[in-house]
Order: sequence, then structure tokens, then C-alpha cells
Amino acid sequence: MNKHIINRLALACALVLTLNVAQLHAQTDEDAIMMAKKQFCIGGMYSRGSWKNYWEGTLKRNNLNLGTVSNQMLGFMGTYGVTEKLNLLVNLPYATTNASAGTLHGQKGLQDLSLWVKWMPLEKDLGNGTFSAYVIGGVSFPTTNYIADYLPLSIGLHSTNLSGRLLLDYQLGNFFTTVSGTYVYRNNITIDRSSYYTTEQINSNKVDMPDVATEQLRIGYRSSHLIAEAIATNMNTLGGFDISRNNMPFPSNKMYATTIGVNVKYTLKKVEGLSLIGGGGYTVAGRNVGQSTMFNAGVFYILDFNGIGKKSSKAAKK
Amino acid sequence: MMKKIFLSLTLLALTASIILVACSKKVEGVTDNIAALNPTNIDLAAGNWKTVLLTRPDTFLVAAPAATNSPAYVAELNEIKGAQRSLTYEQRAAIKYWSAGSVLRWNEILRGLVAKHNLPPYQNEDGSYPIPSSANPFNYPQFPFSNPPYAARAYAYISAAQYDALVAAWHYKGLYNRPAPYKVDSSVNALVPKTVLPSYPSEDAVLAGTMVAMMSMLFPTEIAYIQQKVTEEEYSRIWSGANVRSDIVAGEALGRQVASVFIARGKVDNVGKAVGTPAQWQQFVTNALANGKTPWYSLEAPARNPMLPFFGNVKPFLFDSATVVALRPGPPPAENSDEMKKETAQAKNYITNAPRENMRIVQFWADGVGTYTPPGHWNAIAASDFITQNYSEVRWARNMALLNMTLMDAAIVCWNTKYYYFTPRPTQVDPSIKTLTGVPNFPAYISGHASFSGAAATILGHILPAKAAEYTAMAKEASDSRMLSGIHFLIDCSTGLQVGQNVGGYAIKRAQADGAE
Repeated sequence: MNKHIINRLALACALVLTLNVAQLHAQTDEDAIMMAKKQFCIGGMYSRGSWKNYWEGTLKRNNLNLGTVSNQMLGFMGTYGVTEKLNLLVNLPYATTNASAGTLHGQKGLQDLSLWVKWMPLEKDLGNGTFSAYVIGGVSFPTTNYIADYLPLSIGLHSTNLSGRLLLDYQLGNFFTTVSGTYVYRNNITIDRSSYYTTEQINSNKVDMPDVATEQLRIGYRSSHLIAEAIATNMNTLGGFDISRNNMPFPSNKMYATTIGVNVKYTLKKVEGLSLIGGGGYTVAGRNVGQSTMFNAGVFYILDFNGIGKKSSKAAKK
Repeated sequence: MMKKIFLSLTLLALTASIILVACSKKVEGVTDNIAALNPTNIDLAAGNWKTVLLTRPDTFLVAAPAATNSPAYVAELNEIKGAQRSLTYEQRAAIKYWSAGSVLRWNEILRGLVAKHNLPPYQNEDGSYPIPSSANPFNYPQFPFSNPPYAARAYAYISAAQYDALVAAWHYKGLYNRPAPYKVDSSVNALVPKTVLPSYPSEDAVLAGTMVAMMSMLFPTEIAYIQQKVTEEEYSRIWSGANVRSDIVAGEALGRQVASVFIARGKVDNVGKAVGTPAQWQQFVTNALANGKTPWYSLEAPARNPMLPFFGNVKPFLFDSATVVALRPGPPPAENSDEMKKETAQAKNYITNAPRENMRIVQFWADGVGTYTPPGHWNAIAASDFITQNYSEVRWARNMALLNMTLMDAAIVCWNTKYYYFTPRPTQVDPSIKTLTGVPNFPAYISGHASFSGAAATILGHILPAKAAEYTAMAKEASDSRMLSGIHFLIDCSTGLQVGQNVGGYAIKRAQADGAE
């Protein structure tokens, strides 16, 4: 089966929530799917994550003064095929947070705008399948002056991030495996306080945000109208400090999370270019993060700028 | 073409990340690299300034030092010269750090200790809460829980003890008039600004000795940590050529002795009874109900015992306990009055769609769990302004003592008022009021932040009149922040600010009479 056909028809985006702080990822920056040239996939995605237990350092606990902490997001996403091998991606979520118990007020607002460049420098037949490699670079930055130093109810951490990712994919028949590794540089943030305590007193309103490394494995079934996959993600901050006993979390905490999840994407046969997506995930291990359970659902549509009525791209003709 | 552009962009982004990764992101504190303290006036007459607890500046004898031409002194000079031949990077860093000012550095270190220990204990299985024990300070929950009243008292005791100790030190400096090592021997390098202030006993060692001795009472789990800092400071003074070893030894001993006077006071100042007992906690509720009032209750789950309900009986520094009662304000409007209904609605209004600027004000002044508390915040504000004044160490200590005695006494009057009236927080009156910062676990009337801030702004405005209006505005903002966050009524804040200012008036009286002005 030609992968490009699949790509063109099956593109969609999804959310993966990894932190107790809501984090939004367009799935397409983490998967091995490319938009065909001059096609623009746009869509909206709703996601919800919640946790009752969290890890205070390595100690798993609940907090009766928070109850269940939840975050909800509504994200706009778009992916444009500059060429078969080069895609541009954008996403921007609106987020809200809430604690079911205690007195703390939830937060809401537009979060961070992400821009990604996804390049597929290599695609070749290998054995009976197809191997492809991707280099992905991204930048994200806060679009509003939302408050970061209000964990666990801030809508984000307010850092500007630069991400570099290497992603490898192998597809054999309808089955595929994708692995990726990402390094995220996070710049220092400025908080409203003039001092704070980490493992020492810092008399500054600047916070050194540790960088983040993530690894991801995706395994599943991929055909022109259906993608079903299992996803395992491991996220680690490279530095940071533990929440001390019965203290509040802080943006520069050491954070670690292993999440597992599933993702299903169905492209309608009757309406070309329309796809539906749904998924869920669960945090199986962590440190200074909530043990989140996550769900998401979205609708995506491909706008074809190759000409109305022109149903097949160059790639599809291969 | 397009492809090439985007390809380049991708590579650029990746390269940029790699470069940025290599860059250090370490945050620099605002005082990390300030210049060495070089006082414009050495305040040589400070040996006559009015002390807080010491009855005389020579209560503790400091023996006459060896003559500067004695073999013992020459040996001490040789110790400096030997050290100065091969100073390491770390040694130079220690010299630089401590040369910014010893009162400043110890105040910063103390703020860090307060922040570290300002953590409410986690509940027991049965929903009660363990009480930190000074007898078993390392057991969870560690002693102390340095909440705002505790912190106010810690800052006051240490600042006042350091002030008294420096007055005594200045007395002996004037009496013995031993010059600094670099004045005696020109081959000793002065790695800190030169001064004509006599070096015996060392003011740095006096402050270090006071601090480490006070730890036994205030932060017993931190003695080892502070002892490391003491050693570093004392050696930094020898390495820098500012002191010989005998200056240091005499100074530390004096500091420890003066601290003992404050520790003795601390044992009988009633703080030991400030926690109270479950029966006493219940009595507050019973009394309120008997008077037909809604008692305060804890909004935490499980309900936490009230924070230091008898701190209002602690012995103040600036006035007597009868004055505490006299300073206590009249009652707030009745809970079912139109005024309180209006203020409850106002609290709800503040937290609904709060503007970002209000959030900034709330967070800037929150000084809640895990921070150096509002008294610590006012110490930071004062310190940043005192740095620009080039005070002598003894004047630094005097001004910090005035500030912190004011803050402690404001805490006493405020806590006395809180538990006298035992009024609920806005969220207790209207549970739909979700707050923009944590709700403190004690009654509302009067606001601690307002009391602290009114008091601090008043004495600081006296010390630095050019900044008086600025301090007043800051205090108002700090006070307002508690309303804006939905955790206080207007009356709590406006009355607290006034009470704080009244307490500050006593500090001004003391300042005008202590011989330093």
C-alpha cells in the first residue's frame, strides 16, 4: 500500500496530555504522517485530563484540599503540505482548569501557540515494508500573560520552548511502529513573586526552567481509512527539584511521567477529507505530576488547494 | 525554493536549540553580585546606643587583645599572609559574598530558613494534625513550622540580638582600638574595602556567633548548616585581611553570649503556650456561639487546628502586654449587617474574572506556604533599600532590629485581635467565593498582611523619609491584595493597616530615643 495515499487521506491531529500542567501536542508533530502538497488540514480538538492522586516527589498522595484537578482544552490545529516531504503545523489551545475541592479558583485562557516544521528526508523500501525518517523542529510561546506560578491550577508554564525531534517509522503491510526522541529547550520564565524557594532561597523573579527530554513509541494499524495505535510516552525534565513535604508544586519542579494511551482515527469514506479522532491515556508512573487520565476527541477536514474537483495529487498517482 | 527555505529553518531551529542548551540558564539573585559594603559613616559612637535587652554594652567582658607587636599577633598576621598566597576561587567567592555585608547576608540566610520551614504539617491518619516539637525537631513534622507569627518572632529575636551584640562590639572596638591587620602590616592585602573601624572584636564574627547560637532556639535542625556558614564567613574575614584570628574568636564568643540573653527571654515570652490545646480551640467556638456569633472554622480538609491562637499573648519588644490590649481595635460590623453583606458581595466580585493585574498583586504579596512570609518580604524590601545607603554594620543591625521588632509586635497585636473576635473568612460566609491564593488557617479580622505592612511601612518611612510615600503605597497594595484574592473583607484590611501603623508609631518612638539619630 502506498503510504502517501494513506497520508493524504488519513491525516488528523490529536492531543496527548503528559503533565499535570496541560500540554497540548498536535499529533502530527509526533507521528509519521505527512500531508500531501498544497493540502491544508484544519481541525478542532477537545481534551480533558484529570487526576486525584499525584506524586509529591516520589510519594504518591491525594489532597483533600484539591479533590480532583481537571483541565480542559479546546485546540485549533492546522497542517499544511508545502511539499510531500515538508509540512508546517500550527496549534493553539484554549485551556481551563478546576479543582473539585478546596477554595482555589481555577484559571482559563489562551495558552501557547506552537509552530512546527516537519521534514521527511528519507523514505525507502526496507525488506517488505517502508522505512521513513523525520526531522521535526518546533517553537512554542505563550500567547497571553497567563499565570504560571499557580500550580496545579495554572494553564501552562509560560516558557518559550524550542523542540528538536528525530522520528523513525517502519510500516509493514498495515502495521507500523514509530519511535521518536525529543529535546525541548525551555527558556527561563518570569513570575509575579520577587523570590521563591527551591532547595535554596532565590531572590529573583526569574525561574530557571529545566529542559525536557521525551521518548515515544507508537505501534498499531494504519490503513487509508483507519488508524488504531497504542502509544507510550516517557517525559523527563533534565533537572529541577522535588516538591517538599506538603508544599505546593512549582514550575521548575523535576517532572517525570510515563503515559500509555490509545488513539483511533477514522477517515470517512462518504465525505472525502473528513476524519474523526478519539483517544485516551493514563499516567502510569510519575514524579511531581498528577496521575492523569486523559480523553480527547476531534474533527478534521482537509482543504485541497490543488484545484477543486481534482481528486488525486501527484503522490496519489504513484 | 520553498523547500530549501523551510529546510534551512528546520536546521536553524535545531542549531538554535543546541546553542541555547549550551548556555547557562542559572538565575542570578538580586544581591548575588553586589559591591562590598563600604560604610560612609563607621558610627564609632554606637557603643553608646540604647540596647534592647542588654543592660550595659559591657555586660559581657571582652578581654583586652594582645598588642599588635606581640609574637601572638605577628603569628596571626602570618596566618593571613600564608592564606593570601594561594587563595582559591571558592575562597575569593566567599570573601566577595560576605563583604556585601554581614547583617544583610544573615538576614538573607534567615529568610531562606523561614521559607524552607514554612510548611503546614500533613495530617495524621485520624484527621488530626501533628504539632512540631522543639524537643524532637528532626521528627516529622520538623520543628519549627515557621508560619508568619513564628517567622516574625524569629526575625525579631535574631535582629535584636545581633543589634545588641554589635552595640557591645562597638563599645569594645572603641575601648581597645585595635587597627585592622592591613593597617598594622602593609604586606597584608586588603581584599575588602579598607576602614578605620577598629577590628577587635570582629563584627562579622559577632553576628555569626549570635546567629548560630539563636538557631538552638529558633531552627534547631539548621545548626549544622549555619555552623558551616559561620566558618565560611569567619575564614573569609581572615583571608581578606580584615581580621586576625583573635578578632574572630573574641567576636564569636561575644555574639554567643549576647544571644544567650535573648534565648533566656524566648523561653519565657509565652510562645510555648501559643499553640494551645484542643479544649482551648473548642472554647473559641463555644464563646462565639454563646455571643450569638458565627465562629471561624478552618476551611482546610481535614479541618486544621487554628494557627498559633495564643500568639497574641507573646511578650512584645516595643511595649507591654497591656498596650497590646489597648492597641486591639474595636469589633468589625455585625455579620448580618448591610455593611458585611456588601463586603461579602465585594469579595465575590473581586474573584470573578479577576484582571491579570489583580492576579499579579495577589501573587506578588501572597507570601504563603513555602515562602519567607510577609515579614520576610518586608525584610527583603528594607534590605534592598539599605544596600544603597552604605550603612555601617551596626546601623544595618539597628534598622533591621527596629523593623523586625515592629513586625513581631504587629503580629502579636494582630493575632490577639484575630482570636479575640474569631471572625470567619469570606469563603466561610459564601462558599462560592473561590480564592486566588490559599486561605490562611486563622480568623479574618484583622488582616495579618495589612498589619505587617502598615507597621513595616511606618518604621521604614521613618528610617528613609524619602521613601515614606512609596512604602505607604506598597503597604496599601499588600493590604489590598488580600481583598483582591477573596480571602479578606475590606474591614479586615483597612483596620489591619491602621493597627500596623499604630504599632509602627512605637518603633518610631524607640528610634528617636536610641541614640542613633
